Amino acid sequence: MEVTLAHLKRGEHGIITDVSSIHVPLKLLEMGCLPGNSVELVQVAPFADPMYLNINGTHLAIRKETAIHIKIEITNE
Amino acid sequence: MSKQINVALIGNPNTGKTSVFNALTGLNQKVGNYPGITVEKKEGICKLPRGVKAHIIDLPGTYSLNASSLDENVVIELLLNKNDKDFPDIAVVVSDVENLKRNLLLFTQIKDLEIPTILVINMSDRMRYKGISLDIAYLEAKLNTKIALISTRKNKGISELKELISNYKDISSTPCMNASEIDPGYFDNLRKAFPNQLLYKLWLVITQDVNFGKTDRNEMEAISSFKTKTKSDLKRLQQKETIKRYQFINEVLKGGQTIDLKNAKDLRIQFDRILTHKVWGYVIFGIILLTIFQAIYDWSSVPMDFIDSAFASLSEWVKQIMPQGAFTNLLAEGIIPGLGGIVIFIPQIAFLFLFISVLEESGYMSRVVFLMDRIMRRFGLSGKSVVPLISGTACAIPAIMATRNIESWKERLITILVTPFTTCSARLPVYLIIISLVIPEGRFIGLSYQALTLMLLYLIGFGAAIVSAYILNKILKIKSKTFFVVEMPNYKLPMFKNVALTVLEKTKSFVFGAGKIILAISIVLWFLASYGPGEEFNNAESIVKTQYASQHLSEDEIHQKIASHKLEHSFIGITGRAIEPTIRPLGYDWKIGIAIVSSFAAREVFVGTLATIYSVGNNDEDTIKNRMASEINPILGGPLFNFASGISLLLFYAFAMQCMSTLAIVKRETNSWKWPTLQLIIMSAFAYIVALIAFQFLK
Repeated sequence: MEVTLAHLKRGEHGIITDVSSIHVPLKLLEMGCLPGNSVELVQVAPFADPMYLNINGTHLAIRKETAIHIKIEITNE
Repeated sequence: MSKQINVALIGNPNTGKTSVFNALTGLNQKVGNYPGITVEKKEGICKLPRGVKAHIIDLPGTYSLNASSLDENVVIELLLNKNDKDFPDIAVVVSDVENLKRNLLLFTQIKDLEIPTILVINMSDRMRYKGISLDIAYLEAKLNTKIALISTRKNKGISELKELISNYKDISSTPCMNASEIDPGYFDNLRKAFPNQLLYKLWLVITQDVNFGKTDRNEMEAISSFKTKTKSDLKRLQQKETIKRYQFINEVLKGGQTIDLKNAKDLRIQFDRILTHKVWGYVIFGIILLTIFQAIYDWSSVPMDFIDSAFASLSEWVKQIMPQGAFTNLLAEGIIPGLGGIVIFIPQIAFLFLFISVLEESGYMSRVVFLMDRIMRRFGLSGKSVVPLISGTACAIPAIMATRNIESWKERLITILVTPFTTCSARLPVYLIIISLVIPEGRFIGLSYQALTLMLLYLIGFGAAIVSAYILNKILKIKSKTFFVVEMPNYKLPMFKNVALTVLEKTKSFVFGAGKIILAISIVLWFLASYGPGEEFNNAESIVKTQYASQHLSEDEIHQKIASHKLEHSFIGITGRAIEPTIRPLGYDWKIGIAIVSSFAAREVFVGTLATIYSVGNNDEDTIKNRMASEINPILGGPLFNFASGISLLLFYAFAMQCMSTLAIVKRETNSWKWPTLQLIIMSAFAYIVALIAFQFLK
């Protein structure tokens, strides 16, 4: 099974491996959501949606429906 | 001779760009609109060393030159159009030292446009806490620019920045990287096809679906014929471009920035653990809202009472010192009460804007967006709809403009349509005066009944917005991609200067914007109330005297009777009584009717209108509130403003769409007459029905 951002649990870390250019808007890429960058799930709202992330130092929140299109590798340093 | 240069301030949101603007221009700034669109245009003048004067534009915040909203479009349109009178001689890119990497993306794009560019690194006071150190000389060399390391909070580095801007001729305008390496073949062809054009500009025009209003049309068409790549290819190429830019930035920062994590302290995590908590987050949000409403009510009552009585005495004073005549009456009965009806709201509006700007400046608003997204989505809204709904409590106009950052069109449209239900500051005066007349004083667990009623009205407003959003979500068949991303900025202590300037600016525009309408309406109303056709009006004195001849009335009472007889038969009285049958079931008399009709221009006119009508029909000068309290219901007897009619009026104002400026904004933002027309009809009809039911039940 492919692991995506949506699989991260609160406090877990990962590395972004692939970002679908069709489903993920350019704006998110420009904010640093790019392959190779580290990601941490800082906080989740009720029902785990939206997700409050720290991507490479940038803190932002996205919905789960976007998160499933961002593939990651869980590292849990 | 002094020379004026154009300076454009550009930067990501939350970098303190506006603080830099405020630091440079101080009070020498004005806020207007870009021609034809409702994007706010902030510009100001700044005096630089050696007699150079700078005209500074604070462009809307953007993450990149790939625009995804109307506001961001403004940035590109200006930067691509050399003939624009505001085209910058120099661009100042403002960045935040903690987010330098992301902020530099926009910087590299601006550099590609070959505009001389200075890099401002703001919030340098944070470096110590974050363990960040920078090699400025190295960064300047690699980025091919001049850097100003400043702190607007500590007021450091501003004069150095001014110095740099005044030396704008020495600033390099060549790019710092070569992004075309991502697909050399494609870009070579492009360059050959349009040898006279800037490559990056061509690329922007090709990839943007936006309307480049001001750029040359022919040029555009020539380029669009060059669209040899498919949309998804272009998207992939844009992704590659972004990666390429970040590679360059990472490389530069590796040599020029060191972050010692051991020295980094971060309060964000501690704050967010509570403020975005599944339970506490919502509790705190509720407490904050409650505090705001209580504060607005309690803190502003003293200055408001003062203003009210000051205007009453002013009218009296004018009547005493000026010779009797039509002009004195116009001044004392038309203009002064009308102006009083607007000045009285300054305290509340100032407080409201104060709270909203503190919430925005501190970074808390983004947490609210995060907390509310899931809940709002159920109603067809976005978490970002919370910002318009909250700022709608100040005014629906900026609130509707604030919907622009909602990515999905359906969510945005619904937000636009329901925002006018939130209790805007123009409803506040109506609410306050009626609440003070019909709701008893007294306290319930420390909160006054009157404040609780006000709070309830705000809740009704939000409730109406949410419920209608739910219905609209079911009815509207619009397919649009939903997408949501919101930056969670660091918590910051709001800067006094920024908050003060926002409050000042917004209050000023409320007073002058609404003031003009109110003044005009007051004058018109005064004429209509002071003159009338036919016997009944012109011979009012003899008619009244014969009518009451048998009763022994005092001189004062006779005067009172004459004045109200005249008013009833004036132009306004005739009109008012013509519409009276439609509003009588709601518990109103014709005077309230006139006030409601004139409120369709803008709600806040209500109090001013009543003030004008009552002062024409009344000889003693009194406060607006006392006059309203002494009005008697002509049919039912007893005070006109009693509990039933008061509640009915409150509900009518809560739901009715009575604001022409809002309708105009909705028309512009939705680009159609359909939506504002529907809003006007449905909201007002609903208001009428609810007010009718309320009065009939309570009377």
